[in-house]
Amino acid sequence: MTRMLGSDAILRSLEAEGVDVMFGIPGGAILPTYDAIARGTTVRHVLARHEQGAGHMAEGYARASGRPGIAIATSGPGATNLVTPIADAWMDSTPLVCITGQVYSHLIGTDAFQETDATGITLPIVKHSWLVQDVRELPQVMKNAFHVARTGRPGPVLVDVAKDVQEAELDFRYPDDPDMPGWKPPTKVHERQIREAAKAIAEARQPIVYAGGGVLNADASAELLAFVEAGGLPAVVTLMGKSCLPDSHPLNYGAPGMHGSKYANWALNKCDLIVAIGTRFDDRVTGKVSAFAPGAKVIHFDIDAAEVGKIRAADIPVVGPLKLALTALTRELKSLQSRDRTVWHAQLQEWRQLYPYKYRRAEGVLKPQTVVECLRDLAAERPEDVVWTTGVGQHQMWAMQYLVCDKPRTFITSGGLGTMGYGLPAAVGAKAARPDASVVCIDGDGCFQMTCQELATSALEGLPIVVVIVNNGWLGMVRQWQELFYAERFAHTHLTKQVPDYAQLAEALGAAGFVVDNEDDLEPTLRAALDSGRTAVVDARVDPEENCYPMVPAGAASVDVIEMPDEEFEHERITG
Amino acid sequence: MSHHTVSVELEDKPGALVRVSQMFARRGYNIMSLAVGPTERNGVSRLTLRVDCSEHSFEQIEKQMHKLVNVLRVTELPPDESVERELALITVSAPPDKRAELIQLGEVFNARVADIGREALTFEIVGRPEELDAFEELVRPHGVRELARTGRIGLRRPGRTQTRRRAASIS
Repeated sequence: MTRMLGSDAILRSLEAEGVDVMFGIPGGAILPTYDAIARGTTVRHVLARHEQGAGHMAEGYARASGRPGIAIATSGPGATNLVTPIADAWMDSTPLVCITGQVYSHLIGTDAFQETDATGITLPIVKHSWLVQDVRELPQVMKNAFHVARTGRPGPVLVDVAKDVQEAELDFRYPDDPDMPGWKPPTKVHERQIREAAKAIAEARQPIVYAGGGVLNADASAELLAFVEAGGLPAVVTLMGKSCLPDSHPLNYGAPGMHGSKYANWALNKCDLIVAIGTRFDDRVTGKVSAFAPGAKVIHFDIDAAEVGKIRAADIPVVGPLKLALTALTRELKSLQSRDRTVWHAQLQEWRQLYPYKYRRAEGVLKPQTVVECLRDLAAERPEDVVWTTGVGQHQMWAMQYLVCDKPRTFITSGGLGTMGYGLPAAVGAKAARPDASVVCIDGDGCFQMTCQELATSALEGLPIVVVIVNNGWLGMVRQWQELFYAERFAHTHLTKQVPDYAQLAEALGAAGFVVDNEDDLEPTLRAALDSGRTAVVDARVDPEENCYPMVPAGAASVDVIEMPDEEFEHERITG
Repeated sequence: MSHHTVSVELEDKPGALVRVSQMFARRGYNIMSLAVGPTERNGVSRLTLRVDCSEHSFEQIEKQMHKLVNVLRVTELPPDESVERELALITVSAPPDKRAELIQLGEVFNARVADIGREALTFEIVGRPEELDAFEELVRPHGVRELARTGRIGLRRPGRTQTRRRAASIS
């Protein structure tokens, strides 16, 4: 027991949880805790320029490291600015511990200055939240908060601490155990379900593994690989799951879904058994649910029982930790004789040959896909790991299609919420988690403008991250929908390529700025940015009219993939 | 669509109830009735919820409820295996010439007269929710001025539960 202030107790709790970095911005109601930071802590603080940035940094940190990300903000606008990252973390099951200051206890409920009901506002998007009004509760709340964020299906939690609690004294001892009788995430898997699953897999003629972000969250990549190889099972991997199974592995057929490949969508739709692992049959993957994989039996592995059977009924549900489940499944599968699947494998390979991702290069125009491919090739040359982050939109889909990620947690993106502006701050967080790795954010021009002030954070922290803006001058994905589904009425999607001048903006914010608008200069420019050793921004001015294909229109069956139309190849282009 | 009654044991903490009701609102499930009160255990409240939804939705509700940190236990109360009760207060227009008739009507349903005024009287009735519905229907023609119901509460029948447990341990 040590006598200390509540504010110090917050920091001692973070230290006890092994936190090495937190992301935040001070303000009135959290000032006592920042004063405690000034008194000393082993936790490094990264000063963001906007609380949304701090939240996405914490997310990037969490996704790159597997440990909960910490975001800290003041009451009122500080807390409301955290809402977007909290919602993002909720949708993508990212462990986040958010700490917000709250007005003095006696002012709560009076509409005091910078008072908002932070726990109320975030209620539908947190796993749990606590409003601390008694300093004696603080250590146990912190213990519980970390426990909830990281156990079961990971996700965000919020600890809202009244200012007087931060200022009050307590006898501090960090508890060894959480105290929540109602929190019982599954820790075991049902052996019988595993046996049934293994039997169904061994007997399937055309099985497909459908792996998602849950595999990464469970740190079960090695177990997934062992399972896939033991059964010789072809797999598709969702956007959120990318990097959970090596992209260059011959059994990995990449991403299904709205902008996934035709072969991955066909594999998933025409199989007779789906082995879903840590994935949730999102509408961006299934398309029209009633038409999705009509002939398939479903085995669904997930830590969250509520995901099993939510969208698609599971013939064999297996609820529990994926690491355990996959290990047991592999063991069981090895003891069984699997069916011969030469024909199925040949079929999948044929589809992969027939329907690769494709685009046409054109004279004098830089294609966005070329930018991504060039980055991929440069990354392959480097000795260190490259961790990618993205914004949301066309560039994100091209990154998904063309990047090769062979190591877990090297592809970090906003999947469920689709939060534009995620990429840059997530890259800052990822770099804080993986200083040994190169971190590259592939961003859109629209996305970049939503959180670009965090360049200052990155530059002043001395983080050599590289942001490559795939600048087509448009809110590209929205433009694509307007072109295809709204008779080319391009309402308010044109941003222009010239304003802002991204290279100058980068320089103004303390980063290095580069511009490239042609294929010849592409590689040297990207190389220079990667080797600059500074926070760098590359303004890659690309074809404004390039659409992202293949595509499954919203609401269509995901087997009905639209390939890039032939006209697209001949299309006369407008540049500028 | 079918009706389901769920009994939820909940930690008696600030905001616990709103987390449950919010989950219903957020996922688009409609709560038909909700009653909250203390239980035999200190610090534990019991919620009895009545929802109208499909089997599939109900399964989702149960699973989503289990994930709430303050929720200790979720049990469905099937009609044939549980006891359900509700209390209603009904103020009915009762001019002096109608009073006797109404009071007699009440007696049939074991409805007690809780209060009596010059032009109206207030019944207090406890029973199965369906009995309350029937009584309400019956007095409606007389003019219901105000009505308040507690919402149903329920428990599993003790006998059946024990029988089942014993059967399970034998087999």
